[in-house]
Amino acid sequence: METKFARIALAAWVIFVLAFLFVPIILIFVYAFNASNIQSWPIPGLSLRWFVSAWGNQEIRTALGLSLKAGVLATSIAVFLGSSAAFAVHRFDFFGKETVSFMVVLPIALPGIITGMALNSFFVFWGLGLSFWTIVIGHATFCIVIVYNNVIARLRRVPRSLEEASMDLGADAWQTFRRITLPMISTSLVAGALLAFALSFDEVIVTTFTAGAQNTLPLWIFGAIRLGQRLPEVNVVVLFVMSLTFLPVLLAYKLTNQAGPMVK
Amino acid sequence: MNGIVQQQVGTEEAGLAEEPVIVRVSGVKKKYRDVTAVDHVDLEVRRGEFYTLLGPSGSGKTTTLRLIAGFEKPDQGLIELNGADVTKLPPYDRDINTVFQDYALFPHMSVAENVAYGLQTKGVPKDECKERVIEALRMVRLQNFGERKPAELSGGQRQRVGLARAIVNRPKVLLLDEPLGALDLKLRQEMQSELKRIQAEVKITFLYVTHDQEEALTMSDRIAIFNHGRIVQIGTPTDVYEKPADAFIASFVGTSNILHRHGKRFVLRPEKIRIAPLGQLFDEAGLHVEDGRILEAIYVGMFTRYVVALADGTEVTAVRQNFDRTTARFRDAAGTTVQVAWRPDNLFELQ
Repeated sequence: METKFARIALAAWVIFVLAFLFVPIILIFVYAFNASNIQSWPIPGLSLRWFVSAWGNQEIRTALGLSLKAGVLATSIAVFLGSSAAFAVHRFDFFGKETVSFMVVLPIALPGIITGMALNSFFVFWGLGLSFWTIVIGHATFCIVIVYNNVIARLRRVPRSLEEASMDLGADAWQTFRRITLPMISTSLVAGALLAFALSFDEVIVTTFTAGAQNTLPLWIFGAIRLGQRLPEVNVVVLFVMSLTFLPVLLAYKLTNQAGPMVK
Repeated sequence: MNGIVQQQVGTEEAGLAEEPVIVRVSGVKKKYRDVTAVDHVDLEVRRGEFYTLLGPSGSGKTTTLRLIAGFEKPDQGLIELNGADVTKLPPYDRDINTVFQDYALFPHMSVAENVAYGLQTKGVPKDECKERVIEALRMVRLQNFGERKPAELSGGQRQRVGLARAIVNRPKVLLLDEPLGALDLKLRQEMQSELKRIQAEVKITFLYVTHDQEEALTMSDRIAIFNHGRIVQIGTPTDVYEKPADAFIASFVGTSNILHRHGKRFVLRPEKIRIAPLGQLFDEAGLHVEDGRILEAIYVGMFTRYVVALADGTEVTAVRQNFDRTTARFRDAAGTTVQVAWRPDNLFELQ
């Protein structure tokens, strides 16, 4: 039995952990509405001026556009390759299947700095100039894992008998895929894509090694903070990035839970 | 055992000898890695028959069914449907449908969509499709459930949908893979008679897999008994119960006593043993009578089951119908000396 004291202590601990996680973020949100350009507490007044100035900043606009484009492209590649890999590993028994499965997942476990360095020296070795496309490839490496993991987890929960039933009822492999398998895994595919996009959108380390002269939004933030310039606008941009990554993650979370248990 | 001779057993009693063979499995073998799941199986199912593959789990009965459905390919042997070789055809090119043990209903489709699936893949016109779906749902008594999702149905209702989804296609053969395995006893018994009624109505050949010997005995025209990947006996329910081909069948189908007499082994079913207190006479002449001692008496309501030790030490199980209401404490019966008796022609010699 838990005592009253234990319950209060536990509640206090939870509040402390949540505060530890979220107070810094809230602080940035508040600073985004700061009327002054000096970050001091308490803020002297509320204003939307930094929103206006961030919106008018061409550097930020370019960086945002690049981030969105790279995110969408990397996610598209990941959806195609990640789900294909998941189908192959789930359905077929082939030599080295476990190894392939492990290697697909490995990039997420590798420190970003290693992936980044490796990709960088690979591109340099082949004389491929760092560009928008190298960023996309860099992001795709870890986006594939997210999609793959989501899709294969779902595939494992779809009973094999559903596909057999479909074939038994006269549907060939393609019809079965389109009418049974795809609808069964669609939410996991969407969830995987949303998570992958969120991951790509705020990625810094791999991007640092694979971007040439281009700046993605996180890279711009990173640079601005290091130089101590334009801090008020940074707060606004961070607020924006937070919202843009938070929404897909929330949606993905809902989609994965909503699917519920498969009907037996 | 000679496979060809066995094929004939039981068809006459079942009144099916005149019907053409619709499924013929000959010399089929299937290995998974180093385990032989099905080892040289031969069987012939006649049109309109209720044919059951009965055996313990891992005996090869489900694999045989999956081979006939086309979900697996045999390593050796031939599978014929209505005289045509279908061994290498995929499931969607075989005029066969399956009712799955886990129902395998498509969760993202309504009941009606599930039932219509097979008709749609075959390109049956919309109007006819709709009519046949309604007809099939009526047959399984789910006419008002078409709009529901499978998740909103009970286990028994899902199984009916699975059945409707299969029979709506009017296949030559319906395969049923332990379709009642997941249902509770009461529902299972209801569905058993339901299945028989539906079979009589649609006149489709049923090929049924079960490990439940009572289910097999009650429903089948003929039963093929599997053990270790082989068919060990084919016959009518009374054949396999009254004349089991070996000790495995004798003990798997029903309860049986194996008696060793004069260097031979005999099967004696519990209900064929009469039991009476010492000194009381049996009301029938010509019985073989032996002395025994009750080891255990178990009251089952409808009958009482006795475990009796015979003079030579053999333990036999006998059942006695509870003809009268009783308040007796059957626990106290242990140790009582009794006489047991049976008609000598009820002993069936094992090969």
